[in-house]
Order: sequence, then C-alpha cells, then structure tokens
Amino acid sequence: MALPQLLDLLAWASYFAAAVLFIVGLMKMSSPVTARRGIQWAGVGMVLATVVTFVAPSTWGAHGIDPVNLGLMVLAIALSWVFWAWGKRVPITDMPQMVAIFNGMGGGSAAAIGAAAMINAAAFTGECTVEAVAAHECMNTTKLVLAVLGSLIGAVSFSGSVIAWAKLDGRLDKRFTFAGQQVFNLVVFLATLALGAWLVVELDVSVIVAFFVLALVVGVLMTLPIGGADMPVVISLYNAFTGLAVAFKGYVLGSEALIIAGTVVGAAGMLLTQLMAKAMNRPISNVLFSNFGGGGGGAEITGTMKPIEAPDAASLLYLAERVVIVPGYGMAVAQAQHKIWELTQQLIKRDKEVRFAIHPVAGRMPGHMNVLLAEAGVPYDLIVDMDEINPEFATTDVAIVIGANDVVNPVAKTDKSSPIYGMPILDVVDAKKVIVIKRGKGTGFAGIENALFYADNCSMLYADGQEAASKLITELKAIDSGGGH
Amino acid sequence: MDGFLALYIFMLAAFTGHVIISRVPVILHTPLMSGSNFVHGIVVVGGMVALAHADTTLERAVGFLAVLLGAGNAVGGYVVTERMLEMFKSSKQGGG
Repeated sequence: MALPQLLDLLAWASYFAAAVLFIVGLMKMSSPVTARRGIQWAGVGMVLATVVTFVAPSTWGAHGIDPVNLGLMVLAIALSWVFWAWGKRVPITDMPQMVAIFNGMGGGSAAAIGAAAMINAAAFTGECTVEAVAAHECMNTTKLVLAVLGSLIGAVSFSGSVIAWAKLDGRLDKRFTFAGQQVFNLVVFLATLALGAWLVVELDVSVIVAFFVLALVVGVLMTLPIGGADMPVVISLYNAFTGLAVAFKGYVLGSEALIIAGTVVGAAGMLLTQLMAKAMNRPISNVLFSNFGGGGGGAEITGTMKPIEAPDAASLLYLAERVVIVPGYGMAVAQAQHKIWELTQQLIKRDKEVRFAIHPVAGRMPGHMNVLLAEAGVPYDLIVDMDEINPEFATTDVAIVIGANDVVNPVAKTDKSSPIYGMPILDVVDAKKVIVIKRGKGTGFAGIENALFYADNCSMLYADGQEAASKLITELKAIDSGGGH
Repeated sequence: MDGFLALYIFMLAAFTGHVIISRVPVILHTPLMSGSNFVHGIVVVGGMVALAHADTTLERAVGFLAVLLGAGNAVGGYVVTERMLEMFKSSKQGGG
C-alpha cells in the first residue's frame, strides 16, 4: 500500500477511535466517580483526531500540503494556548461565563467553516460534478442547505454566547428591552432566513457577508433581553446549537467524526435544555421570547416576616438533629460557600445529619451549585436532588435557605395567579423550622413576594451570607463552651 | 458521503446523546454540559480541513479564524471541565 493510502486509513481509524472515545467519555461523565476519567478519555480522542488531521491526505485534497496553510494551522492551534491559560486561571465562580464563551467559540468556528465553504464554492465556475463536490470545490443543494443552516445556528450560538458571557461576567448589566422588540427580532430573523435561501439559489460573496452579519445580529438580539436567572436554559441551549452546527458542518465536509460528536452533543444539549425549562415550568419559547421578570403579579401575602438573631438561630441548630441547607445564586454572589461548608462541618461534628438540597435551575448554569459546593470541599454524597429531598423536609428540624428565593416559594403551588405557578419547588416550608439568610427584604429575580418568608415556622436572619455563617459558627462554639446567653 | 448513510449516522448519534443524558441527577448536569461543550470542540478538525483548502487571502483568514475558534473551544472546554471535575469528591474518598 502506498503512503497516502496508508495515511488515509490511519486517519479514518483515528476519527473512528475519536468518536468512540467521545461517546465512552460522555458516558463516564454520567457518574461523579468516573467523570474525570471520562473527560480525559475524550481529551485523548481530541488530540488523536487533531494530530492525524495534519498529515491526512484527505485534509489537503489533490493539491497536497500547502505550506502557507499548514503554517497558519500550526499558528492558530499554538495561539489557542491563550485560552488554555485563561481557563486555567479564572476563579471557579466564573465558570458559567467560561462555559458560555468556549461554547460560543465552537459555534463561531462552525460558522466560519460554513463561510469558507461558501466563499470557496462561490468562486467555482465549472460544472458541479460529484468529483468536484468530493474535492470541496463546490456544494450540491443538500450540502448548501446544511452549510447555510449550520452557519446560521453557529453564528447565533457565537454572538449569543458572547452576550451571555458579558452578562454573566458583569460587563453588561441589565436586560435590554424596547417596545416592539419581538416584532423587530422576528423581522431580522426572517430577513436572515431570506438571505440564506438566496445563498442556496445563488452564491455571491456580498450576500454571504450580509447573511453572516445578520445571523450574528440575531444571536445578539435573542440574548439581550434574557435575564440572569434564565441563563441555565440559555447556556444549555447554545451548547446544543453548537453541537448541531458542528454536525451540519460534518456533512458539508464529509467528516463522520464531526457528525457523530456534534449530533450526540446536540441531542444531549436539547434534552438538558428541556429539563432546565421544565424545572422552571416554562416552555423554552417562553424563556427566549417572553421577557420574564418584569414585575410582581399574584395575590397579596398577609403576615409579617420575623427576624431572628444569630445566637437564637445557632441554638435552633444546636438542638436540631436533621438539617438541610438550600443554596441559591445569592450564595455565589456572597461567595459564602466556604463558610457554609465550615458551618456544615461544625454541625456534623455535633452529630447532626446535614445535607444540601439543590434545585435544578439554582444558579447561572446547569449544576452551578454543585460546582460551587465542590470547590468549597463539600462531598457530593451530601448533595441531594429536589425529587429525593422533598419528601424529607417534613422530618427536617431546621432548613437553612441561603441566597435562594423563587425556587423555595410555596406560591408556586398555591397561587394560580402567580407567574411562577406550577414551577417545581423545594418544599422547604414543610420543615419544622426555616432560617432564611438574606441581605435585605427585597423580592427575588421574578419580583414575586415569597410566601415562605411570611410562614409561621420561618425566621429571617438578615446578613451577608459569609457574615451570617461566620456568626453561626461562633455562636455554636459559644454554646459548646457553656457560655450560652 | 451518501445522503442516507449520513442520515442514519445522524439518527443513531441523536439517540446516543439522548440516552447518555436521560435520567441524570442534577449533580451531573455540569460535567455533562461542560464535557459535551468540550466534545463539540472537534469542530477544530473541520476548521483545519477548511483552511487546508483555502487559496485566497479571504479564505485563509476565515479558515484561520475557524481553526483558532475551534481550538479555543476544545482547549478551553477541556481545561474548565477538568478543573470542575477535579473538585467533585465523595466523603468516602477521604477528601473534603
């Protein structure tokens, strides 16, 4: 066998191995015990596929290796180490925006591949034979349609993720809305589709440029009005988008590895997005288009909030046997996860059973709370899902709510007129005593009054999360030393 | 590649993705999302193919961008996923 054939065979075998490694890696990631090995397996697959692409004759086509392009390739990959350093350096609390931006890059790459393929095909003048298609000189209609669709999805994922990153990173503070926004967005989207259809009929460089500009604008417009609490849905959705865009590019380039990896991620991402939306009791379309969180609504809640001081809260904990801690985004903002774990350790030392209850959409990305708690050193077997913990609140002595609001609001079950009615919540209100650690009296993201705060068994500990946890630790120790009060 | 063959691959891969993520507890959402974010970094290979076929300056620039962004997705996605997973410890492992 001649060398080129041998290299191509090696390339195909490597792409196949990479696809297997990706799937096995993702399967391993579905258990915290093997998850780390899973990402490493997938990493091996990635290195294998990338290295073999440099030398595979199928990469370069009939012209063989072009030294300029090879140089650019090496340069681009070498430059990507900047992103490695960036990802290595950022604090763990910044993970949601990092996931968003790296995902966006994948979408951008898929869009750029589409652009390159279209520009290339636009310059082609001969007859578009099967051979010419195989040599990436032109595209048949199926490839063209998928190139256009993949570019649109990829570009939206890119610019949308950049906006999501800016929002999560605190660079873009507020939700941006204006009258007639939805109609305007729809018009821009339809215009983009029209240009895409034009490209399928006739490839022209100026139309290609206009199409990409509009597609990027669609992503920006789509993401601007979305508020922070909806970010888990958005990040997950754009992850699915990028996967889908990659799969489409895989067809355009004739690469099975891209089709498989992209589709697996696209399907998994779509399902995860649905799970997120379901945990908010809102269809995805509602998250994207409804500008949620504009104001109150729902029935008035009567009663008063009862404040509690740290010493009293500490004695409640001292007497408790079973404690459940419910963290929310506020814990991330206050950076209180380390202090909370310290408090937990103090409680465990006193033979209390302590567990963490996590709502699926708590935080700014899927699983955000788990990452924060893991960073602080909380073992994952103390962390319990909503469905599992809910029946156990009734036998819980003290529930501590820190930085969570809407996800523990019983109004979601009782008040049909409330905007969050029907959303699955953590049944914290069933616990014998509830202590809510909160900075002030304000309402949650959705601007809805929280009936939990007015419940008879609930007391409010007004303080910053870190400060409150520190005080509770001090007071617990004071009770131990017999000081009491 | 034959159109229908691609369609079969697409269908089977979609089921695989669906099976992998169904019935996962909340604690695994992050590894699955961030890990899958890394996996679609394979797009860098597509970028390389696009750049390999470039013969004008515009095509080279776009191809370069595709490789750079794709590689950024792969390496960035890997490093943040690894960092997050590194922290996941069970109380039985003695960590904590």
